[in-house]
Amino acid sequence: MATARVSSVSITAERAEVGVFATEYRLTGLNMLIAFIALAIGGLFGVMQALQYNGIDLYKPISPILRGGYYQGLALHGVLNVLVFTTFFIIGWLTFVTSRSLGIPLASRALGWTTFGVMTSGLLIAALPLLLNNATVLFTFYPPLKADPLFYIGLTLVVVGTWLLLINQVMMLRQWRAANPTARIPLPAFMAIVTMTMWVICTFGVATEMLFLLIPWSLGLAPGTDPVLARTLFWFTGHPIVYFWLLPAYISWYNFVPQQAGGRLFSDPMARVAFILFLILSTPIGMHHQYTDPGISEIWKLIHAIFTFGVFFPSLLTFFNVVASLENGGRARGGKGWLVWVFSLPWREPSFTTQVLAMILFAFGGAGGLINASYNINLVVHNTSWISGHFHLTVGTAVTLSFMGITYWLVPHLTGRRLWSPTMALVQAWTWFIGMGIFAHWMHMLGLLSMPRRTAIGAMREIHPEWEPLLPMVAVGAIIMFISAILYYLNMVLTITAGKKDTVPMVPFARAVSGPEDGPRVLDNFKPWLAIAFTLIVINYTPTLIRLVSEMQFIPGIRSW
Amino acid sequence: MNRKYLGYLFEIAWILPSVAVPIAFMVAIVITAFAVGIAVPGDAGRVDPKALSTTAPFDQPGLRELAPGRYEAVVIAQLFNFSPGEIEIPAGSKVTFIVTSRDVIHGYKIEKSPINMMVIPGQISRMTTTFDTPGEYYIYCHEYCGAGHHLMVGKLIVTPAKTASTNR
Repeated sequence: MATARVSSVSITAERAEVGVFATEYRLTGLNMLIAFIALAIGGLFGVMQALQYNGIDLYKPISPILRGGYYQGLALHGVLNVLVFTTFFIIGWLTFVTSRSLGIPLASRALGWTTFGVMTSGLLIAALPLLLNNATVLFTFYPPLKADPLFYIGLTLVVVGTWLLLINQVMMLRQWRAANPTARIPLPAFMAIVTMTMWVICTFGVATEMLFLLIPWSLGLAPGTDPVLARTLFWFTGHPIVYFWLLPAYISWYNFVPQQAGGRLFSDPMARVAFILFLILSTPIGMHHQYTDPGISEIWKLIHAIFTFGVFFPSLLTFFNVVASLENGGRARGGKGWLVWVFSLPWREPSFTTQVLAMILFAFGGAGGLINASYNINLVVHNTSWISGHFHLTVGTAVTLSFMGITYWLVPHLTGRRLWSPTMALVQAWTWFIGMGIFAHWMHMLGLLSMPRRTAIGAMREIHPEWEPLLPMVAVGAIIMFISAILYYLNMVLTITAGKKDTVPMVPFARAVSGPEDGPRVLDNFKPWLAIAFTLIVINYTPTLIRLVSEMQFIPGIRSW
Repeated sequence: MNRKYLGYLFEIAWILPSVAVPIAFMVAIVITAFAVGIAVPGDAGRVDPKALSTTAPFDQPGLRELAPGRYEAVVIAQLFNFSPGEIEIPAGSKVTFIVTSRDVIHGYKIEKSPINMMVIPGQISRMTTTFDTPGEYYIYCHEYCGAGHHLMVGKLIVTPAKTASTNR
């Protein structure tokens, strides 16, 4: 690879740069540390769930510590994996990407530390009721299930903390534009800022739900809360949140993987268009999670379905652009033919292989997602284990496995220690790919047989005879992933503690075959796109929200666990 | 040819089907939903969950025959069962399910049928379908509702059609 031979001059330059970004690197590292601790704990409960399906109950032995059994474990699995792991990793990753891409440190390091402080305090506050079985409401926390107020307050703080990164990014962009008045915004920074902008816009939904419905109600200041209104506000954020998870993985696929493949990004303008489309289309589609809800008209559900199909388009652009970039790399490495170039890719390189495997499973996740989005076809799969299978391919693999792949080069770069074992990392990537493939396939199958999600299957009075032959494969997949996770964590701990000390350069940002100069400058101007995004949100949400607010009922809270 | 223009050709060759295929899917969905009638639940009105025992139709949960072969099933979902838990109809019946919750959010999914609804306190969920094949079908609560969620299972029994006269 191009980075294998690094001259002593560039090593010195690299050391100097790392010095410039010392605070940013520390913040990135700390965020990722918390993220992966959360993933480790949350992941353990995932394995326990798959075993419980098959009658192996590991909850009794730990009942002195966690009294809530299966469902408390499920709450921890969801909150730690899809809320804590993702959010902390992403904030760390985007801090790194923005500052390295613009070539300047955080505009306000104090604000950077405040971001980290607010998020971490929020996490600790929410963790307390979760661990005490006072917030076994799962990561969707649908009222009238009523958790301890600390749970809602803690999660709100985590979200508010993330908003501060956007403030820092905007200040950095101003500084950078002042110094580079005519240049195009570098693609990685552009993408990082679009991601955070989309996230801040869409979190108005859950922030409103928390501040006006759930927190006053859980504190006893309101007699009840309206469950449909709360769900609608939740999914206002709850669908775009998947793009908040996915776009940081895309940032790596667009800006680092082509370089790791030995080639170039196929098209910079196409990548910018895709991200602008995500900014515009991610939010006004949340009601496709509510196709089976009462209290929302079919027409608005259908309109959200149509827009959901619209947001499939930038993902298809991404598919094309990333695969074309891989082909560019394969051919640059001497690959030939229509498909044979695939074998010329650097499959011995763990970070590359890990992320490409994540992409492959994501293709299936994307196809399944289109099925879920398909309005009445969703009736076949809604709230069955099909859905859990689906998002283990998307957030559980496309996102999680990509993030693991990123750490295979980023942790050595941040810590100045070589990856302890590249071979172990390759085995880890393949075992995750195989384990998740097995797990997700059989979860989808069971969903088609109406197996409900979020259910302690092993404790049911009667297990459906059609499910029984399929359930063991869920555990097989989970155990293979468990082995993969052990390999990952072992490798990371050994890298940090015993890896050979060395200056590990950063993977350079990929250059593009077709650069930003081939696309219009208006792509770099956020204002028109923001105006379109807000307009679509207002059109797609206002009528339903006004009606739900005007019909609001105060349904009392219940603790049913 | 200029390499750059070749790149654009590839992009267009990808973009056109990327637009056409989802549009074709969407047209198919709209046809099935509004012409064939495989509809999702909509806005069927509100009800006070504390006053179910005095509010029609939930004051009398159960199955009612509206006309020959045409039924209405009024169901209350509650921690941790459905009332009624078992529903029996003859094959070929068209049934409208009218469901609400007494407490928290539940789900109502009948296996091997399109019936799949969220059941939300304060809201009325309504769906209609026809059951042609005799057999026993599980009804699952498919939304986590508390410690006994996995026990919340009902049953729909479709008996062979009463008169051996017409169908098939």
